[in-house]
Amino acid sequence: MKRIIVHEEYCIGCRLCEIYCLTQHSQSRKIIKAFKEETPRPLARLVVEEAGPLSFAMPCRHCEDAPCVEACLTGAMQRDERTGAVLCNEKRCVGCWTCIMVCPFGAILRNVTGRKVASKCDLCYGEEVPVCVAHCPNEALTYEE
Amino acid sequence: MSLSLLTAEFHVERDEIRCIACQVCVRQCANDVHVYDPDDDRVYSDETRCVGCHRCATLCPTRALTIRCTPQEFRANANWSPSIITSVFKQAETGGVLLTGMGCDQPYPIYFDHILLNAAQVTNPSIDPLREPMELRTFIGRKPEQVGVVQDRDNMRLETRLAPQLVLETPILFSAMSYGSISYNACLSLARAAKECGILYNTGEGGLHPTLYEYGPYTIAQVASGRFGVHRAYLETAAALEIKIGQGAKPGIGGHLPGEKVSEDVSRTRMIPQGTDALSPAPHHDIYSIEDLRQLIYALKEATNYTKPVGVKVAAVHHIAPIASGIARAGADYIAIDGLRGGTGAAPTVIRNNVGIPIEMAIAAVDERLRQEGIRNQVSLIAAGSIRSSADVVKAIALGADAVYIGTAALVAMGCHLCQKCYTGKCNWGIATQDPYLTKRLNPNIGARRLVNLLRAWSLEIKEMLGGMGINAIESLRGNRDHLRGVGLNEVELRVLGIKAAGES
Repeated sequence: MKRIIVHEEYCIGCRLCEIYCLTQHSQSRKIIKAFKEETPRPLARLVVEEAGPLSFAMPCRHCEDAPCVEACLTGAMQRDERTGAVLCNEKRCVGCWTCIMVCPFGAILRNVTGRKVASKCDLCYGEEVPVCVAHCPNEALTYEE
Repeated sequence: MSLSLLTAEFHVERDEIRCIACQVCVRQCANDVHVYDPDDDRVYSDETRCVGCHRCATLCPTRALTIRCTPQEFRANANWSPSIITSVFKQAETGGVLLTGMGCDQPYPIYFDHILLNAAQVTNPSIDPLREPMELRTFIGRKPEQVGVVQDRDNMRLETRLAPQLVLETPILFSAMSYGSISYNACLSLARAAKECGILYNTGEGGLHPTLYEYGPYTIAQVASGRFGVHRAYLETAAALEIKIGQGAKPGIGGHLPGEKVSEDVSRTRMIPQGTDALSPAPHHDIYSIEDLRQLIYALKEATNYTKPVGVKVAAVHHIAPIASGIARAGADYIAIDGLRGGTGAAPTVIRNNVGIPIEMAIAAVDERLRQEGIRNQVSLIAAGSIRSSADVVKAIALGADAVYIGTAALVAMGCHLCQKCYTGKCNWGIATQDPYLTKRLNPNIGARRLVNLLRAWSLEIKEMLGGMGINAIESLRGNRDHLRGVGLNEVELRVLGIKAAGES
């Protein structure tokens, strides 16, 4: 399957990946509306980590032996058979954060804006290329087999 | 501390309806123009720090930013322009020499823009480069007086021993830009693009980073007055050696890489202590005459066993024609001439803007002089100093150059916006900086790709122009001034350029 590859040596820490991810996962999918009118503000599904000049985006790795899928109490965290992506069915998620504790990358985030649910990268389900990759200005994120 | 009289050069216009306070501008500006205030959830801009590099405006996801020249205007005065007034303010405040980067930006005539090209009509056919072969391959180096060929049985064999030549697939090279003045990623982009396009790039006076040795066959290694980074492997790895006497942006003066830019890697490559200023003296302290230059040329040839061309780079100055003649006679294989508008990482503004002559005049005068003396074949000429387009390449070659150096155009291809602040080391585009936060902004994969695209595009355009003139090889264009006509030039200018006025036949 295609995965998001992170090239930390070219990440410039601009956080445009976060901004476009947030927009993609908003109601309107319009950048200005998503930031200024939607409340609570939608969440990005990835976070840019920074320490000194080093920075990189940390989206879900969609692991082959995903610990989050193993650990999920309710079966909300499932692998999509068609695409191979690990997706969280937020209707079944009870917000116990077990997935967050077992994720070795810290790639799963908490969404407490409504009912507590786990929030994670869905590879922009339905899009040919995830928006973080499409909008990375320095090709620090690529989408490869 | 008294009040500074300097006001902002630029005006940052933020469309508050569009601004989503995402802080991309805040993170991207190395000059700290934009500041986020969490209390108001708004971004404010301190325009006095803005250099007009457009990094923020280019990355802004909602295109909320427009950078304008400041609307603040002085009383109109044709003599005391705003830039002259602010220069006096700056010097009255600092007492120092004003520094700048890039090439001369003053409104001297740009002769390339007063020269028009010819095209074939009726009496001779034009050539379609998409259907017929078109030769752009260029050889840089000394050409023999005559060529002897022996025929033994079916084979033709060259009897004459040729001097070492550089082969260029298109008549363009990347100008000397040192590691130190530009980032490692910029150097790597240039090296990769040179390799892919079959041309050469130039190390400048920065030495050669160990990881760039693999690009040796595409590298011209410079030997300049500071001799930074010059050692045996450096000379042996490069395809050609270049003695740098002068630079178009600062003829007659040396170089100065501030200690802040001398990082550990730069210090190792240049072979100087970390954090110390790298000062290139104005003259080579062993070259005070053409005879001295000859000694260095032959020392380098000797050191490399006469296997590589050795060139000399000089700035275009008043007596460039006899100087070039002397360099040719001193044994150089090529002469690179850098015109008035040639770029730099740092130069005193007054020198950059007032010293030298335009490259168009220089190349025409040198080509003419070398032809008159019958020694044009002994050297190749490389024109440098603001070659901005494929048309400039064609015009420079028709004026007498063999090939051209492009520096500024290459930087612009990699993202440079000509803000002229290279000397600060805070290049927001990751080019003229060694700051680890900034250098990674230039992804060499993207940089090399953009350079390759530029060269490809220019080469296609050069072929179109050649075909239009009915010429099918760049060799046939060299010094072919009959294909040039001047517009808006006086008789002296036309005479120096060696071209007729438009309408004359």
